[in-house]
Amino acid sequence: MFDFFGADFFGSNLVDSNIWLADFVINAMFAGLGIAVICGIMGCFVVWRKMAYFGDSLAHSALLGIAIGITTGITMSIGITIICLTFAILLFGLQQRGVLATDTLLGILAHAALSFGIVLLSLMRVPIDLHSLMFGDILTVNTTDLALIGLGLVVVVGLMIKFWSPLVLTTISEDLAKAEGVNIKAMQLLILILMTITVAVSVRMVGVLLITSMLIIPAASARALTKTAESMAVISVFIGISAVISGMVLSIEANTPTGPSMVVMLAVFFALVMTITGLWRRSSF
Amino acid sequence: MNKDAEETAEITPKAPQMIITAENISHYYNKRAVLDSVSLRLDKGDFTTIIGPNGAGKSTLLKCLMGLVTPSQGHITRKPASRIGYIPQRIALNPSLPMTVARFIALNKTPSTFAEFEPLDLSRIADKPIHSLSGGEWQQVLLARALYDSPDAIILDEPAQNLDISGQMQFYKILEDLNKSRDIAILMVSHDLPMTMASSKNIIGLYHQICCAGTPSYVVADPGFAELFGQDMAAMMAKHHQEKQHASKVRHV
Repeated sequence: MFDFFGADFFGSNLVDSNIWLADFVINAMFAGLGIAVICGIMGCFVVWRKMAYFGDSLAHSALLGIAIGITTGITMSIGITIICLTFAILLFGLQQRGVLATDTLLGILAHAALSFGIVLLSLMRVPIDLHSLMFGDILTVNTTDLALIGLGLVVVVGLMIKFWSPLVLTTISEDLAKAEGVNIKAMQLLILILMTITVAVSVRMVGVLLITSMLIIPAASARALTKTAESMAVISVFIGISAVISGMVLSIEANTPTGPSMVVMLAVFFALVMTITGLWRRSSF
Repeated sequence: MNKDAEETAEITPKAPQMIITAENISHYYNKRAVLDSVSLRLDKGDFTTIIGPNGAGKSTLLKCLMGLVTPSQGHITRKPASRIGYIPQRIALNPSLPMTVARFIALNKTPSTFAEFEPLDLSRIADKPIHSLSGGEWQQVLLARALYDSPDAIILDEPAQNLDISGQMQFYKILEDLNKSRDIAILMVSHDLPMTMASSKNIIGLYHQICCAGTPSYVVADPGFAELFGQDMAAMMAKHHQEKQHASKVRHV
């Protein structure tokens, strides 16, 4: 009844109009909307700062957090947060030493953490559904997860509003920002922490493999439609929200796995945006 | 104020107002001295250009003055509450970050301090994306951003490197106008010796240490200048500078 693709999750008799009022669907919808807002904003910085590999690596390291969460009995989300934060701080420290390139460090840290996680789970003989970890399981979101997503949403949006201008300036030129009094190291650390929060609250819903798409595709789609950084973030959030809602509809109506369904919708939006803006540009010549 | 005092005020030259000083600063990269006991002082109204071959430590010196690099030794003092605009050597713009000229100029700035500077009329490109600007337009946008806080000084690291000849002339003219009309001190690094000699009040020749310093006519005759750029270049620059001064005198007559 509950396989990793969610294909027979509902059972044929459950897919009726009342399903939309079921607690787990409402929880999943709220969780998806929260994640869409967080990923929509943070995704812009991922695209602007060319951090796609960082997001991917952070998500991979989350598997160790999941393993620690399961083996120690603490909430999985807290385990992920602790490991992702450790990962980010370790990366920041190694980056400051400047001996190895960032992508090399990410490759080492991410795959080491991933392997440690798998080995730990295997040693503890804990039965887990690896596929749901890879592709997410948004329909199993409970109220604790929702509270964490809500907290993450408040922190990410609050800090983004507070530090938006220095963060964008630092993204354009660290030298220029530093010369104008911006604390560059604090901004770098802030981005790492916000990325950690993003991954920590999202990874269980959309999975280790799909989180990067939740970050990148809305922002990349929004880029084609806008002329300012601020409007790109807003449009990115709306594209994310649209994909979450339509992905949920697709998942429930067609009995498809929810996380991948959302990413499919994101990919459809991206293709539509690229086609429409391409045609519009061609017609304006 | 009584009459005597007024007369005294008229004949007493204004004391130079220090904006930034560097005292015996040295900086090392991997135990190699990039800067070796360099001292300089920038006063209000100065127009100073630092020249020197590649790898001489020019950009490092500017970065030390701006606080981007902490020198290994020595002291840098800035006038309290002074505002210094900075134009870095290179900014690699990422087209995936959409930003209009108008938004970029005001990004992370306090609007109340903004004072328009007419020679820098950017209204026709205000809505253009910054990554689509020409080299000359981009330098003017960076200059407009540096001017946003009504600075006491502007420090520029090779501002004309991506400009064609007319773009360079136009840009240096804007800097000269700024220096004269607003008394803003200019400190820049440049490789363009003829333009630099024509527009700067002072030249500093740098090769890890200060090799020569003074007015353009003094520097081109300094043996340190010949050591930096070779005898041929020194002779050529001296001749060029004399011709320029002669042409200027003839125009005034």
